[in-house]
Formats: sequence, structure tokens, C-alpha cells
Amino acid sequence: MLKYAIKRILLAIVTIFIISAITFFAMNAIPGGPFAKEKAPEPRIQAVLEERFNLDKPVGEQFFLYLRNLVQGDFGVSLKTGREISSTISSSFAISARLGGTAVLVALVFGLLFGSLAALRRGGWPDRMIIFFTTLFVAVPSFILATLLLLVFSFTLGWFKVWSITDPNYTLPVISLALYPMAYITRLTKSSMLDVLGQDYIRTARAKGISDQVVIAKHALRNALIPVVTYVGPLTAYILTGSLVVETVFTIGGLGTHFVTAINNRDYSMIMGTTIFLATLMVIMTLISDLLYKAIDPRISFD
Amino acid sequence: MSQTLLQVKDLHTIFPIESGEVRAVNGINFSLDRGKVLGIVGESGSGKSVTAYSILRILDNPGKISQGEILFEEEDIVRMPPGRIRQIRGDKISIIFQDPMTSLNPVFTVGNQLTEAIRLHTRRNRRQARERALEMLRLVGVNEPAKRLKQYPHQLSGGMRQRVMIAMAMACEPDILIADEPTTALDVTIQAQILELMLELKDKLGMSIIMITHDLGVIAEMCDEIIVMYAGRICERGTAEEIFYNPRHEYTKGLLRSIPKITVGHEKLTPIGGSPVDLLNMPSGCAFSARCDQAMKVCLTQQPEEIWVAKDHLASCWLNIRDGVRYEAGEGGGANG
Amino acid sequence: MSEYTPDTVPVKKPLSMQLDPARFEPATAEEKAQHDVMRESTTFFRDGMRRLFKNPLAVMSIVVLLLLLVTIFVAPMIVPYGYSEVIRVNGQRDRSLTNMRPFTYSVMEQEKLDAGEYVFPHIFGTDELGRDYFIRVIFGARVSLAVGFFASIIVLVIGLLYGSISGYVGGKTDIIMMRVVDVIYSLPDTLMVILLSVVLQQVLGDSLQGTALAALGNNMISMFIVFGLLYWVGMARLVRGQILSIKNNEYVLAARALGAGAGRIIRKHILPNCMSVIFISTALQIPSAIFTESFLSFIGLGVQAPMPSLGSLANMARGGMQIYPYKMLFPALGICLIVLSFNLLGDGLRDAFDPKLRR
Repeated sequence: MLKYAIKRILLAIVTIFIISAITFFAMNAIPGGPFAKEKAPEPRIQAVLEERFNLDKPVGEQFFLYLRNLVQGDFGVSLKTGREISSTISSSFAISARLGGTAVLVALVFGLLFGSLAALRRGGWPDRMIIFFTTLFVAVPSFILATLLLLVFSFTLGWFKVWSITDPNYTLPVISLALYPMAYITRLTKSSMLDVLGQDYIRTARAKGISDQVVIAKHALRNALIPVVTYVGPLTAYILTGSLVVETVFTIGGLGTHFVTAINNRDYSMIMGTTIFLATLMVIMTLISDLLYKAIDPRISFD
Repeated sequence: MSQTLLQVKDLHTIFPIESGEVRAVNGINFSLDRGKVLGIVGESGSGKSVTAYSILRILDNPGKISQGEILFEEEDIVRMPPGRIRQIRGDKISIIFQDPMTSLNPVFTVGNQLTEAIRLHTRRNRRQARERALEMLRLVGVNEPAKRLKQYPHQLSGGMRQRVMIAMAMACEPDILIADEPTTALDVTIQAQILELMLELKDKLGMSIIMITHDLGVIAEMCDEIIVMYAGRICERGTAEEIFYNPRHEYTKGLLRSIPKITVGHEKLTPIGGSPVDLLNMPSGCAFSARCDQAMKVCLTQQPEEIWVAKDHLASCWLNIRDGVRYEAGEGGGANG
Repeated sequence: MSEYTPDTVPVKKPLSMQLDPARFEPATAEEKAQHDVMRESTTFFRDGMRRLFKNPLAVMSIVVLLLLLVTIFVAPMIVPYGYSEVIRVNGQRDRSLTNMRPFTYSVMEQEKLDAGEYVFPHIFGTDELGRDYFIRVIFGARVSLAVGFFASIIVLVIGLLYGSISGYVGGKTDIIMMRVVDVIYSLPDTLMVILLSVVLQQVLGDSLQGTALAALGNNMISMFIVFGLLYWVGMARLVRGQILSIKNNEYVLAARALGAGAGRIIRKHILPNCMSVIFISTALQIPSAIFTESFLSFIGLGVQAPMPSLGSLANMARGGMQIYPYKMLFPALGICLIVLSFNLLGDGLRDAFDPKLRR
């Protein structure tokens, strides 16, 4: 197991490296360079940029210096504002993490719950309702949902106030983010559970005289959980990218909003830094999900 | 203590689905005596496995027993409350299945699954249960039992897995062991070992066995009494000798005929013509009639009664009264009228 | 019953009256045939299609999609407004024409109506520049669907080729090819899409001006490029998996034992079995592509004005959402409807063609 973990960790590091490379060189492929002419940052910012990003050196060297800085937590400064990118990231990410983390929890807990319920009461009305709603929610993109919820519940009905840093209300944003993954996890759990319940070893367990509750809780669940665990990686990715829009719609001052603003403003250093940060996060979460998966399922050979 | 352990009376098991009812078992009667081996033979879809699952009431949804009685120790299993049947499962009546790879839970160790059954039915603590598990593994001939306890099913060979299944089934010393195609998924050499093991355990522990298989060779070796099933009904029943040397049902004859013989030279294979019965739309009369060369008009419309054809031999086939007479025991005739 | 009583002396009893001796004649072949109820056999494809059409949700989604397609094609022929056309009444700009509610008319248009002339109604109202919103939504749907469709085709073609080569050739080639896939697969796709869109937008710059592709806009092109670079890996893995599993299947072995050549094997055995899985995967790729396109448009990296897509329309409607909610509603509903229909269709296809679910 340890050997496998080390191997995966190394792979993750390589992936992050590749992503950084792609990001960096892609940015620099922009004609005229990302930090020059028409972006016309103010002269004082221009000076800082030149220094922090080592613009006087050849591109290859720039890259390695950039990497070195990254590892030390130095993301450089924003093109537009001159602010330290790392400080922008750390302050705004706390908010995003709260939003995203809650959404992940909600999606997992309710997804597992409803999925198991649907599998166990198959054909009954809970199952039917669950099928109906999950099919619906899987078709609604988070940004559509976000704007609709905002429109109906905040503007029209006034049940929820608009988010502000002093009075943060995460209910609607979390719902917008969590609904799709929750529906997905519900369906995944249900089909996985049904699959497991049809297996021979469940019959063996019953034949030994084990009560139905224990059969489900012990024998079935552990096996049914496996596909859900592998979904944790893509789940995080979805939440992170979804937060870009949801934060924008609900005007939440998280990292997502800053990212979108940077895109619209062509703030290239900010785009670079944020992309690498978010990508690293996703790679780490995928790594965790892979390791968890191997830990739960003893059948997989360790390579 | 009575000789008869189990009595199955007029058992009907169905699977209600959208398009109708699949009638898997249609009126089975048999009994099992202490210390005896009963063989149930038939092709896939004949209802033999469903019969076994009905006895323990572990039918897959939506299967259910629609009619009949299963008497075990004076109690009717069909009408037992769930708590009571759970006591019987694994303790008084055990079952082992065809494919030991899929029948063992892949995410739990062998030891975990063995001790689970033990602790469920006996008052042993964890250490005692482990002792018992080791004992059982030794009994069934698993080498390095202590090591095996910590291993996962996929780490063992097929033969060993089946031994583990047997150990699990025997751990509480049941009165009846039901073996559903226990050797079908194994190599021939392992097959012989497993069968030998089962007979050994039968003698040692005074157990009865219901052996379910489609393999006539296995049946011949082991069984005191044989039941031949087709389409959920019993075609013929008798001792091995009777069935093999004096088959009195066309299906049985067909089965025996279809075994290729090495001794005779250049023979064409003689299969049984036609296709298996659609259990969703059971025809009236004898279920085998459409495939039977000797079918008579009465076969198509009236289900045959069980007819004595010899001392230990009954057959459900109208051909046995072609000569105008019918042999009956003093009590009176067939069950499937 | 069924107790053997070996000590009982069998008693011969004469035939009871219930059994008619005449019935003991051999049965004829016809009598037996009538008796035998057999299932009719069909091909895999026909069986699947039959099951598909029995599924009400799948049928409904097919109907919806067909209706949508028809509308998209027919509407521009009926509605006299262009999607980028700022409407002029009698050649004049009309201030009151902007942001009209559905089925209302502007001041000048009302005058025209009063004068007895015909003014085609604005089914969805107008937008902030005075363009007919209905035709913009229709066009947006066209664009979104086209994007979804072409993106899926790109993914299918690249993925199919790559995966089948890798799967069939096997060996070292396969290993290397799959390593590449693994690397690409581990990249976070949406982030890369965003990044590459931003970059390509600048890189392509004006280089496409004057070509047929110019109408699409840089963003669209970059999106297709990104799809071509990144999104095919899922399909490649799928195809390879299918090929591998079938290649080693017994019936392929059997076919070879009977003397079939590689081409015949591929055609008759491998492809038909892959087909359904690949087809379903492609069908489900379309809504996913539309999702991505809408997402990008929402962020501002989608199609360029004046060309609408459902996602960009939704984005632009965000500003005035409180006052003109309908502007948000129509494109949003459009996206949901399309995605829902494709999802249901994909589900239906999967259920219909899954051999394990055979009755």
C-alpha cells in the first residue's frame, strides 16, 4: 500500500508540474507577452511585474524562477491592482472553502441517504420521487439554478438577503452548488447499492441467518460505497469550477469571483496564479480519493 | 427422534413480474431422512435451486412461496416468523452455493466471515469463535488455517474457497446441508475431493445432505435417493440404481442418452430436441410433452400422476400405464392430479 | 405424499374412468406445435429499439428534441427578424422598442397596427438593443446544439481512432498511448478549457478574419480546439476497454477457430458490441458539451456578440434580471430542456440496449 501511495503522490507532483508548465507557457504564448503593451498596467505596477516575474530573463529561466517562487508561496502580483496574489488567494479562499466544503458535505450526506433509500424501497413512492427529482436536477447547470434561486428567493420573495461579507448567508449558494452532485451521487449510490444487493455474497449472508438490517449496513454498504469514493475527485473539481459562477451570481467575495473578474479584465498574472492554485487543489483531492479507494477495496492489486 | 427431518409438501414458488408469473416450482413433494443424501437433478431452469432457496426462504425479490408446506422439526418453514427462520439459517439448515468466488464478500477477510456465522448462532466470544473457525478450517482440509483467516477471498484458489464455504456452513453443525451445484465451478480433480469431504463430514457429524446438480455422474456417486426435475415438477424419483438402469420418464431417458460414451465408436450426439419450457406460459398437461417423441394426446392436456413403477421408483409419465394398468401403493395415487 | 413404502405390495388397479383410452394415441406433430409456446427471437438491435419505444420518457424526449429541431429550422423562415438585426419600424429607430415584454408592441409598431398593417409579434419580447428576443433564443439554441453536436463528433472521431488503435494493436504501443491518456485525463478539464480559451482568443487574434470560420468567433474556435485536445480521452478509454474485452472474449476466439479473418471479426463481432456503448456515450456527450459551452459563455469566454448562444444570452440577462426576468428565463429553460431531453434519451438508450436487463 505504501509503495502505491508513494507512486501516486509522485504522479500527482508530476501532474501539477505539467499543469504549471502548460499554464505558464500558454500565458506566454500570447502575442507580445502577457505583461506588455495593451494591457497597459500602470508604470509602477509594470516595474514590480518586471522584477517579480523576472521578465528580463529568457522564458525558460522565467519558468523555473516562477516555480521556485510558487513553492515558497509567492504567486507574484496582480497585473491590474498590484496586490500580492497570494494574499488575495488566501483571504478569498477561506470564503470559497466554506462554501465549497459545505456543498461537498451536503451532496455526500444527502446523496448517500437518498440513494440508499431509493435502492431499498425500489419501486415504491420514495424511489419514484427520488428518480423524478434527480433526473431533473442533473439537467440543470449550477449557474442557471443559481440565478433562478436568486431571482425567486432573494429578489422576489425576499427570504434570503444578498450576501455580504459582514452578513454572509450561504444557504442559497450551497444549494445551487450541491444540487447537481447530490443528484448524481444519489443515482450512483442507488445503482451501486442495487448492484451489490443482487450479488451472491448477500445471499450467503442471509443464508447464514444474518438479519436484513445487518446485511445492508455491514455487507452491502461497504461494497456499495466504493464507486462513490472514486467520485470524490470529480466532485471536488465540479464544486471548484461551479463556485466560479455561483460566487459571481450571488456576489460572494470568494476566490471564484476574483478569478472571473481576472478573466474579464485579462489580469494574466492573476489568472495564472489562480489556475495553478485551483488545479493543485483538484489534483490533491483526486489523489486522496484514489488512496481512499484502494484502502477500501482489497481486491485491487497495488500497482 | 423421528427419522424424517424435512418434509416438503406441494410446494409452489412463483416470481411475479410485469408480464405475468414465472412459475419456477410447481407442486414438489419430497422428504429427507436423517443421515441420507437426496439428489435433485435437472437442467438450468428446472427449479432445483429455487426449491433449495425456498426451503431457507432466501428467494430473491420478487420470488415468493405461493403454496405448500415445508415441515422441519414439526414447524412449517413457510409460515415461520422471520426471527425464527433466521435462527434456523446457518444453524440447523445450511447451504453452500455454486460459485465460491462471488458467494464470499470480497471486502471482508475469511476469518471475519467465518466467525460471523459462529458468533451469530453460538454463545462464543471473539477468541472462542476464532478457535472454532480454525478448527473448522482444519476439518475441511485448508492448509495454514491461521494464515487463511487473515486473507481475502480473492487470494485463495477455487477449491480452497469452496472449502471455506463448507467450513462456514458446517461451523454450527447443522442437521441439513444443502449443496447447490457445489462442484460445478471447480476442476474435476478438486470436484472429487470436495465430494469426498462432504461425505466424510456427513458420516462424522451425522448430517443429511440435499445435493443439487445437473451432473449425473456426481448424483450417481453420492445419493441414496434421486429426484429428477423438469419445469418445476418432479418427473421421476428413485434410487440411483433404478434411475440409471430403469429410467421410466422420457426426460430422464433423454438425459441419460445424451451422455457421450467413450467406449462405443463413432456415435452421433443425441440431444433432447426442442427448447426449454417458458415458465411464464406453462402449457397444460405434461411440461415435457412438446419435446417428447412418445407424447400421446393425453399428455398434452392432462398432467401425469405419480405412478409406482417399481419398489423404490415413481415416475410422472402416462407412458407407464400404456398397457392399461396402473400400479399404486395401498394409500392411493399421485400427488399432481 | 411421496413416502416410499418398499414393504407395501403394489396393487394392480384397473384404469379409472377419468382416463380415456383413446387419448393414449400418439400425439401428432401439429398438436405438439400448438402446445409449445416459444419466444420469438429478434436481433439485438430490433429488440433494443422495441424496448426503447416502450419507454415513455425516452419517447417523449425524442419527440421534444424533434420538435425543437423542427422549430429551429422553421422559425427563421417564418419570423421576419434577424438575430442581429436592430429592428427598425418603417426604417426608423424606435426607442420604445427596447426591452419589451413578450407579445407587446412598441409605440411606433402600435401605430402601424392601428393603420391596419401587420406587425409580426415579438413572441419573447425584445432585448436591450431592440432585437427580437425570440429569434435570438432560437438562434442561440441552434448555436448551442451545433456546438454540442460538433464537439461530440470531434470527441467521437478522435477517441474512437485512438482507442481502437491502442486496444487492437496492444503491446508497447498500447501502454505508451494509455500513459498519454492518463496524463491528459488527470488535468482538470474546465480549468484548462478556461485557460486555453483565454490564450487562444488572443493568439488567434485576427488571423481568422475573412475566413469562413470568422463568423463563429475566436472563442468558439478555441473551444472546439480545446475539446479536440482534451475531451476525447474519456471516449478513447471507453473504446479501448470495449475492444480489449471483446478481443479476448470466447466468441472471438471461436470465430477465429472457425477461420474468420481479422476484418470479418472486427466487423461482425467487435463493432456491433461496442456500437451501443459508444453511441450512448456520444449521445450523453452532447448535453455535457452544451453545459461546458454555456458555462464558458456565462463567464464571458463563449461566443462573441452579436452571435447568441443560450449560455451567453443567460449571462447578458443577468444584469436586468430583477426587472426583466423573462430574458433570463427563456434561454435557461432552453438549456434545461435540451439537456434534460438528451439525458433522458441517453438513459433510455442505455436501459434499452443493456443485455443484462433482458426480460
